[in-house]
Amino acid sequence: MAASEDPVKVVPVRHYGQWAGAVVALVLVAMLINTLFSKIPSGQYVCRTVSGVRHCHQASVWRFSWNIVFHYFTTSEVLHGLELTIFLTVVAMVIGISIGVALAVMRLSSNRLLSMTAWVYTWFFRGTPVLVQLFFWYYIAILYHTITIGVPFTDITFLHLNATTLFSSTVAAIVALGLNEGAYMSEIARSGLIAVDEGQSEAATSLGMTRAQTMRFIVLPQAMRVIIPPTGNEVISMLKTSSLASTISVIELFGATNNISANNYEIMPLLIVASLWYLIVTTVLSVGQFYLERRFARGALRTPPPTPLQRLGRDVRGIASKFRTRRGAVGVAP
Amino acid sequence: MVEARGVHKSYAGVEVLKGVDLTVVRGEVTCLIGPSGSGKSTLLRCINHLEKHDAGELRVDGDLVGYELRGAKLYERNDKQICAERAQIGMVFQRFNLFQHLTVLDNITIGQVKVKGVDPERARLKARELLARVGLDAKERHYPSQISGGQQQRVAIARALAMDPKLMLFDEPTSALDPELVGEVLDVMRDLAASGMTMIVVTHEMGFAREVANTVYFLDGGVIEESGAPADVLGAPKSERLRGFLSKVL
Repeated sequence: MAASEDPVKVVPVRHYGQWAGAVVALVLVAMLINTLFSKIPSGQYVCRTVSGVRHCHQASVWRFSWNIVFHYFTTSEVLHGLELTIFLTVVAMVIGISIGVALAVMRLSSNRLLSMTAWVYTWFFRGTPVLVQLFFWYYIAILYHTITIGVPFTDITFLHLNATTLFSSTVAAIVALGLNEGAYMSEIARSGLIAVDEGQSEAATSLGMTRAQTMRFIVLPQAMRVIIPPTGNEVISMLKTSSLASTISVIELFGATNNISANNYEIMPLLIVASLWYLIVTTVLSVGQFYLERRFARGALRTPPPTPLQRLGRDVRGIASKFRTRRGAVGVAP
Repeated sequence: MVEARGVHKSYAGVEVLKGVDLTVVRGEVTCLIGPSGSGKSTLLRCINHLEKHDAGELRVDGDLVGYELRGAKLYERNDKQICAERAQIGMVFQRFNLFQHLTVLDNITIGQVKVKGVDPERARLKARELLARVGLDAKERHYPSQISGGQQQRVAIARALAMDPKLMLFDEPTSALDPELVGEVLDVMRDLAASGMTMIVVTHEMGFAREVANTVYFLDGGVIEESGAPADVLGAPKSERLRGFLSKVL
C-alpha cells in the first residue's frame, strides 16, 4: 500500500500513433515553409569588378515574389478595394439577416399565404446561382427603364425611379447579394426559432405579452444562441462571395488586385495580396463570433467557456504550479 | 370569480372536455384532480385563453374569457384585449418555463416592465420583495439553469405574482420535481393560499388538496365526476371511478 501522504501516481496511456502523426505533420509544415520562402534564379546577372577582375553571378528572387506582395499590400487601390469588400459584406448581411428573420417568422405563421410566400422566396433565391442573380440585377434596366411603385392594375403611383442610374454596379451587387443571403438566413433563423421551447412563449403569453413582445423579448434572444454560429459562417462566406461582384465591374478587393495584375502581369503576387487580406478579415470575424456566441449563451450554460486569454492564463498557471511541485515546493491549484 | 358552464374543447376531433361546470369563489383554493388525460390541464389553459374552448361559457370575474357578447354572437377579442385579460391571471407551469436567457431578477421584472409599463427601478424593488417572500433573495443574479427545480418553481411563482394577479393557476406545479423539493414549493403555495389568493391548482398531491383546498373537483374523461369539500371527495368518495383513482394515488 502506498503511504497515505504520497498518493498513487497515475501514468497516462502513451499514444504512439498520435506522436507519429504529429511528426509527419511537422515535416509537412516544414516543407511548406521551406518552399514558401525559397528563392529561384532570376535569369539576370549581377556583376561586380573587384581589383580589375569582373565577377558575375546570377541574382535570385523569392519564388512567391514576397517583395512585390509587400509592395502592393497597402497601396491605396488595394485598400479601397478592401474597404468596398467590407462595405458590401456588411450591407448585404444586414439586408440578408433582416429579410431572413422576417421570412422565418412568416414561415412559422399560421396564415398559409404568408408561409407560402416565404417558402417560394427561399425556393427561388436558393434555386438559382448567385452569379446569375448578380448579372440579373446588373442588367435589370433592360427590363425596366424606370421603376414605378404604385397600386397594381391602376394608374396610382407613389415612386418613380430611373433604373439605369439607380442600379449602378455597386447597388446591383448589394441587392443581389442581400436578397440571395435572405433566403439562406431564413432557414438559419427558422431553425433557431424552432429550437426555443414552446413553454417559453407560453409563459410569456401567460404574463400578458403580445405575440410581437414574446418574439422580441423572449424567443428571439434565445434563438440567437442557435442562429449565431451558422450566421458567422454566412458572414465569412459572404466576405468571399462578394468577390463575384468584380464580374459586374465592382472594384472590390479582388477586382482591385485583378486590375493591377492586368497591367503589370504579376498575377500570383496580387492573388496572394487578395488572399492575405481575406484571411486577415476572416480571422478578425472569427474572433468576433467567439465573443458574440459567448454573450448569447448566457443562461444556457452553467459555466461559460473560457476566453482564449483566460485559457492561456490557466495554462501558464498550470505549468508554473507543476514546475514548483517538481522542485519540491507545494503547488497551489489555481 | 371563475364560472364555467358546459365548457367543451376538442383537439383534432378528440373531445377532451365534454361540458365542464365549475365555480371558484374569490379567495378560495380549488384543486382539480384526476387521471392524466382527463382534461384538467386543458381546462386550466382555457381559463386564461392559452387554449380556445369550442363551446360553453367561461367567465373570470364576470368577463367572458377571450370573447365578447354582442347581441347573440360571441366575438373573439383582439390580441391586445386578450393580453390585458391574461396579465391579471397568473400561471405556473409543470416545467417552470422560466426565461432561460434572463437572470432570476429579470425573469420577475420583465412582465412588469414590458406589459404593465412599470418603471424598471420599481419593478426590481418589487421583484426583490417577492423573492424574499419565496425565500430566494440570495439567488437574484443566478440564471435558471444554475438553481434547483424547486427554486425555479418558486421563482416562477414570484414571476406570476409580480403581475398582481387576481387569480393564480397552477398546472401540476410539483410533478417535475424531485420528491425532496416538492415540500418547499407547496410551502410557498400554502402561504399564498393563507394570504387570500384565489387559486386553481391541478395537482396529484392529495395531501396538499386535503389540507389547503376549499373545494376539490375530480375530472375523468372530460367531465366532472365528483366535487365538494376535500373531506367529502377524498374522505368519502361516492363514485367507483374516484375510489379507483384514489386507491392508486394514495
